[in-house]
Amino acid sequence: MTLELVIAIIVTVVGASTPILIAALGELVVEKSGVLNLGVEGMMLVGAITGFVVVFTTGNHYLAILLAAGAGVATSMIFGFLTLSLSANQTATGLALTIFGTGFSALAGQGYSARPVTLLGPLFPAELAAHPVWRVLFGYSALVYFSFVMVFAVWWFLKKTRSGLILRAVGENDHSAHSIGYSVVAVRYGAVAFGGAMAGIAGACFPLLLTPQWAERMTAGRGWIAVALVVFASWKPFRLLAGAYLFGLVMTMELYAKAGGGPLSAIPAELWAAMPYLATVVVLVLISIRRDASSNAPACLGRPFLPSN
Amino acid sequence: MTLNRRNLLKIGGAAAALPLLGSKAFAQTEPLKVGFVLVGTINDNGWNYAHNQGRLYLEEQLGDAVETVYVENVPEGPDCERVLRELAQQGCKLIFATSFGFGDSVIKVAEQFPDITFEHATGYMRADNVGTYNARFHEGRAVCGTIAGHMSKTGKAGYIGSFPIPEVVMGINSFVLAARKINPDFTITPVYISTWNDPAKEADAARAMIDQGIDIIAQHTDGPAALQVAEERGIVGGFGQGADMSAFAPQAQLTSIIDNWGPHYVKTAQAVLDGTWESKDSWPGLAEGEVMIGEYGPKVPEDVVAAAEAVKNGQIDGSFNIFTGPINDHTGAEKVAAGVTLTDAELLSMDWYVEGVIPPA
Repeated sequence: MTLELVIAIIVTVVGASTPILIAALGELVVEKSGVLNLGVEGMMLVGAITGFVVVFTTGNHYLAILLAAGAGVATSMIFGFLTLSLSANQTATGLALTIFGTGFSALAGQGYSARPVTLLGPLFPAELAAHPVWRVLFGYSALVYFSFVMVFAVWWFLKKTRSGLILRAVGENDHSAHSIGYSVVAVRYGAVAFGGAMAGIAGACFPLLLTPQWAERMTAGRGWIAVALVVFASWKPFRLLAGAYLFGLVMTMELYAKAGGGPLSAIPAELWAAMPYLATVVVLVLISIRRDASSNAPACLGRPFLPSN
Repeated sequence: MTLNRRNLLKIGGAAAALPLLGSKAFAQTEPLKVGFVLVGTINDNGWNYAHNQGRLYLEEQLGDAVETVYVENVPEGPDCERVLRELAQQGCKLIFATSFGFGDSVIKVAEQFPDITFEHATGYMRADNVGTYNARFHEGRAVCGTIAGHMSKTGKAGYIGSFPIPEVVMGINSFVLAARKINPDFTITPVYISTWNDPAKEADAARAMIDQGIDIIAQHTDGPAALQVAEERGIVGGFGQGADMSAFAPQAQLTSIIDNWGPHYVKTAQAVLDGTWESKDSWPGLAEGEVMIGEYGPKVPEDVVAAAEAVKNGQIDGSFNIFTGPINDHTGAEKVAAGVTLTDAELLSMDWYVEGVIPPA
């Protein structure tokens, strides 16, 4: 393997991992507040079609990211209203949100499938990324750097800020948080909105970062990988970063191995396809062996908050 | 006319009421009502789009003699049966079911409506009133392979496939056989991505292949993702699949294979009108105009266009068949003797690769 090839693989892995990482970071915050939103895939699709349409009509990629985030928030508010204000079942509502997002994006995307757009260009000037080694550091678009910044920001928010502590308290023991005067529902609305914004941006990564077009169901299940990753990372942002890149690496290496021959290409396609999920199982087993980590799940995860009068 | 399933019911009701209005106006030239059942939307820029274009062509060619309706997004399963029955009850005399998975439903409903003609695309089950039809897309692949053999500098092409089914394997073999007639060292690496529609994965597969030295990409999936990567990376190029995709890759699209179902629909409807329709399998290709080669891209030099046209015309007049021996399999052993041509049955069950294909695990 030459240096050029290694660098090319790294660049592709970064692209494949970024949308998963962004969506999973949003879901991590949602789950830390005690809410399980399984609608990530649906919100991503709404973000993807919004991002595509905005780039197609205005040509402004940053506006597209912004409005995709907005569309994600709007979609997540449907979930928020049903589960937080009306105390509907979170699992069922989340699944419904995914079905809704899939259908809505397909409807809104009618007539856009034969239209090309352009990818979001690299953030730094091309001279900085001219040398292949520097390309690894400076060759990406803003979305990639955004994902790294958000890993740190989410960690800092949850661990180091007062608001983060309140959010975690709401997720761990909603009644205690309520009894000392915090609005559980308001905090959870905020978390769900953040998750929606992140899922919307993750969706926008598809037309803006990976493949400049619109296709129905173009996220192809990556929203579900994001949901699984949060558990995989035992609700820790930096573990999430590692997990997202592990998934991205496996997904990418499959293609490089198949295309390039060599010893890795002897692995059957079915095993490659199963590998991210096998990795999830292995990690879950490892986590449950270490008792301290298994208790890391927010205690109120998925439970509707019904304050007793 | 645009139809979703709810409108379909309404119109069905309206149609049932029509005789009350006095049948004189309809007595003389009642048009043949033709129904189309589609698995996706007509906006997919691929398979379903092509079938809808065929429907529009049918209306244009036969004018008042036919009337068409279509139903989109019909899932493969029991729902399809219901849609077929509704179409039959509202007066369709000819129904096209355009996805492989509709087969069982078609056979079942056809039994209940023996005086209605059914045709099933890419299917294999026939009955007295059920015919099947498909298109020889692999003939178009031979034209693309010829261009690839001439233009590739590395002599290596990549081929993004969905699943290793005979239809896809046939296309890969046709492509590499044609390319090796020009460049005997030409090789092709198929990468199967286990999906028809995951554009991001298609794009990553294209990146993986380009990073490892291929400079031509072909694909047997529905979207333009691989072509867009070819355009972005500036490699020699690739080919549009199902429709012209030059909007996505003005430089990189060397040419495209276009599905053209129109002539088959006109022929079938005419046969039903004349009362000459009979159940058979029809598998036309370039000669019948059911598979077409799109415009050549700006990068393709004139002598290569001439060579591609020669392969195309040879297949149209029958003087050239890409699956005529000698053909070796990927291990180099002779599989088809000189002068022997593979039969349709052998093509439809093709599960081996020709020489020049680096077989996947």
